[in-house]
Parts: sequence; structure tokens; C-alpha cells
Amino acid sequence: MKEKRAKWGIIFCMPFLLTFLIFQLYPIAYSFYLSLTFQENSKTFIFVGMENYKDLLSDKIFWKSVANTWKIWLMCFIPQLVSALLLAVLLTQYRIKRAGFFRAVFYLPNLVTAASIGILFSALFDWQTGSINSLLVSMGILKEKVNWMGSPAFAQGITAFIQWWMWFGYSSILLTAGITAIPTEVVEASIMDGAGSFQRLIRITLPLLKPTMLYVLVTSLIGGMQIFDIPMTLTKGDGEPQKSLMTMVLYLYNMAFKNNDSPYGATISYGLFVIILLFSLLFFKVLYGKKED
Amino acid sequence: MSGKKRVTKLLIYAILIFLLAICIFPFYVMITNSTHSTSELYTGLKLLPGKEFLNNFRNLTERVNMGRGFLNSFIIAISSTLLSAYFGTMTAYGLYEYRFRFRKVIYSLLMVSMMVPGQLGIIGLFRLCRNMGFLDTYWPIILPSIANAGTIFFVYQFLETTMDENLLDAARIDGSGEFAIFHKIILPLAKPGVSTMVIFNFVSSWNNFFNPMILLFSEEKFTVPLLMNNLNSGMLQDLGAKYTAIAISVLPIIVVYCFISRYITEGMMAGAVKG
Repeated sequence: MKEKRAKWGIIFCMPFLLTFLIFQLYPIAYSFYLSLTFQENSKTFIFVGMENYKDLLSDKIFWKSVANTWKIWLMCFIPQLVSALLLAVLLTQYRIKRAGFFRAVFYLPNLVTAASIGILFSALFDWQTGSINSLLVSMGILKEKVNWMGSPAFAQGITAFIQWWMWFGYSSILLTAGITAIPTEVVEASIMDGAGSFQRLIRITLPLLKPTMLYVLVTSLIGGMQIFDIPMTLTKGDGEPQKSLMTMVLYLYNMAFKNNDSPYGATISYGLFVIILLFSLLFFKVLYGKKED
Repeated sequence: MSGKKRVTKLLIYAILIFLLAICIFPFYVMITNSTHSTSELYTGLKLLPGKEFLNNFRNLTERVNMGRGFLNSFIIAISSTLLSAYFGTMTAYGLYEYRFRFRKVIYSLLMVSMMVPGQLGIIGLFRLCRNMGFLDTYWPIILPSIANAGTIFFVYQFLETTMDENLLDAARIDGSGEFAIFHKIILPLAKPGVSTMVIFNFVSSWNNFFNPMILLFSEEKFTVPLLMNNLNSGMLQDLGAKYTAIAISVLPIIVVYCFISRYITEGMMAGAVKG
């Protein structure tokens, strides 16, 4: 009876399978093929083997985009993890009135359209017409208006800040869920043994949160390496000042869709993939490697 | 001791309120700025609301068809969400209930789909759509939702905790076909789990920027994020209208969130514990 019904499994999975093959697997394979070609005109591609990858490795703008992406991600992720952890611990260890309300507001920036947020911040920090300059000058903090977005360091900083603003609430919800999932017996046993709240945090909470932190780390890495919406809208696509906001995906977009160089765009996307894959595995190893010895 | 405790609590509330202010301030400035005219905005920061919202709105809608953008975003988000809910449940049920030959293969394909970054196949997708005449249509934006791996995983886990095989056997004895069982028993059973995913899928589809930007060209087909991008890179010197555009692109999400925020954050916590 059960054998007879087995064919229904494949029938129920068929829509997924077809869609996955057409819209995911085939484009990925096709991209790989394109990355091995040279585009002569809009229809003809000549096979050139690894040439594009050689070009990529010696492409200074690509490496700059890698460095930019990492800088922005690190400047966002470290404060994000610290603040999210702090919030998660505070909101679970102390009886805070309206904890749910605070959590809800902290999560709000994550739901809002990133493209609109990029445009909002670029308007707020505009040199001549931005509200931030007006506010600082009228309060007497600044003597004259500052060209914020003319400074590479500031541009990267504000991008990291926007990313932090959009994601710390999300991370703190995940970490809160992780903390609540810690069995109460473990916590009670440590209190019986006389552990103070700080010791409890270091010895019990943090080690047991490792899986959640790994999840937050890896998903943030995957998202952070693909950052696009904010730099795109903040700089109208050019990645200025001094290409400091040229991230990997923005470079990919400019190469493939502005310069119409599909093969090179596809090569960049594989470069991005390799970076994400390597570092995801590395983080996994670092956090879990010791246990297996 | 209790004095020390009170200080700690005060400090915690100070941190929370500080973060609250950071979260809300950009939205607040966005709203007040949208109620001032461009010339007012040039003269300095206005922290109190003005009276120019309707003027700004008129100036904006004379140049950009925001209503059309909302309609387009809505069409895409609703269809993607329904497809991912229906077919996501179908795939999850197929994998959960039946032991068939390629079950393991499909399961590993799901894993691959979750791990691989979305941009990896984007050039291939673009050229595929070009060859199939799918460019500047909604098909390549909507159809991939059928294979939404996150939804399939979530519903699969939900089925693991709620499934009752006796229900299925009873229906089979009554002579129900497998599709009828799926529609009459499984879909209603999975509804609480699916509805959590429906919200997240709707939001991510609504905010989707990269793929629609690459695949759509005609302005009358643009979604809200694409119209916003157009406004930004194009003409808009009218600062008041610009803030108004930003505000009306963001406010619907905030308003809806006010009503269902509890449901969303609790859904996330539940999902996080399982995953």
C-alpha cells in the first residue's frame, strides 16, 4: 500500500523540482559557462578557459571591492553582535516592563524597504540641503556645513551604521530565542553552585549560544558580502567617493549591466561565491572544530 | 542592595530608550520633512510638522505614478506569496509523507538552494529570460517563488510536530485521492505554520530590489523600490516631494506592522528555536 503511493511523493515535489532546475540550477550553470567565455557581440561567446579568472585575480577594482565589502561588513557586524547580545541578555535576565514593545521597535528597521532607507540617508546627509548639517549648524556644533559623503571613511561608516540599524534588532531576537531555549535546570544548577550573573553569562549562556551565534554570523556574512541596495541608492550606483562604496555586487552589477560584459560579471559572481563559501566553512571550523578533537 | 539594583535598572532603561530614539529618529525626520516645502527645507531643519504635505504629494504624483507602483508591487508580492505558500506546503508534504526514490536527492537540492547566494546565477537568469522573451515581464520575478526553500523547510518542520497519520488513513479509507487529502487535510493543518512564512515572504518580495531592477525596463511596470531608485538618480530636485515619496513608500509597512508586530516577533522566535 505504502509502496504504491510512493510515486505521489515525486508528483508533489515536481513543481519545486522544475522551478529549481529552470530558475536556479540552470542559471548558475549558465553563469559558470559564461565565466569561461569572451563576448564578441551580443550573440557570440568564444570559449577562453580560465582567462576571465586570471583577469579577476589581477583586477585592482575587484580587490578594492572585496576590501570595501569586508570593511563595511566588519564595521557593521561587530557592533551588531555586541549590541544584540547585550539586548538579548538584558531583556531576558531582568524583568523589563514592555520588553516586547522594545523588541518590536528595534526590529522595525529590518522590515522597511532598504532602497528607500538608502535614499532617505543620502538626503539627510546631503552637503547643502541635508537635515543633519542643518541641525548641527543650528545647534552650533558645526561652524559650516560638512560634505559628509565626500569622505570615503564616512561613507563606509554610514553604510555600516545603516546596516547595523537595520539588523541589530533582528539578531537580538534570534539570540533572545537562543537564550530562552537554554534549559532552566542548567541555569538553576549553576546558581546553586554559587555562580554570579557575570560568571553565568561567560560559563553557561555564551557557550550554549554558540549554535545561534554561528547562525547569526554565517547568515550575516552571506548577506553582508552581497550588500547592494544601500550602496546603490546612497551613491546612485557609482560607488563614490573614491570608489569606497564599490561593493562586490555593485561592481558585478556595473560590469554586467552597465558595461554589458556578461562573462566578466559572471566571473565576479563566482569570485563572490568562493569567498562566501570559504569563510562560511572557516567560521564553522573555528567555532566547532575544537569539539571534535 | 536594592539601591544598586535600581541603578542597574535605570541604566538598562536608559540604554533601551537611547536605542529606541535611534530607531525612530530617521522615520520621524522623514515624516516631518515630507510636510515642508522645498524652500522651507533649504532654510534649515524643521523638527515640527508643517502644512505642505498635500502640495508635495501633488508635485510628486504629477511626475511619478506612485499609485501604479503600489499596484505593481502588490500584484508581485501577493502572487509570489501565494505561490510560495501553496507549492511550499505541497513540496514539504511530498517530502514528509512519501518514501520515494529521489527523496534524498531533492532534500539535498533544497539544502543547496538555501546555501547558495542569490546573486550567483543572476547573469545566467538574465540571459535565460532574454532568450525566453521573459525580460520586462513579471514571470521571472514571480515564478521562482514556487521553489522557496526556506518556506519548504519551515513547513516541513511544522508538519513534523503537528501531523496525525490517522487523519490521513481515515480519509484514504473513505476513498479520498492524494490530491484531495492535500487540499482538504494538509493545507488547513499547515495553516498556522504557513501564515508565519506568508508575512516574511510578502515583506521580502515587497522590498525586493536587485532582481526587478535587472529584469524590468518599462516604468509602468516598476515596483515601489524601482520608482524610488528612479526618483533618486533622476530629476527630483524637489526635496519636499522626495521626502514625501520616501515617506509614502515606507509608511504602509510601518502602519501594518503596528497591528501585527507581536505576531511577527513571536513567529520569529518560534522559528529560531526550531531552526
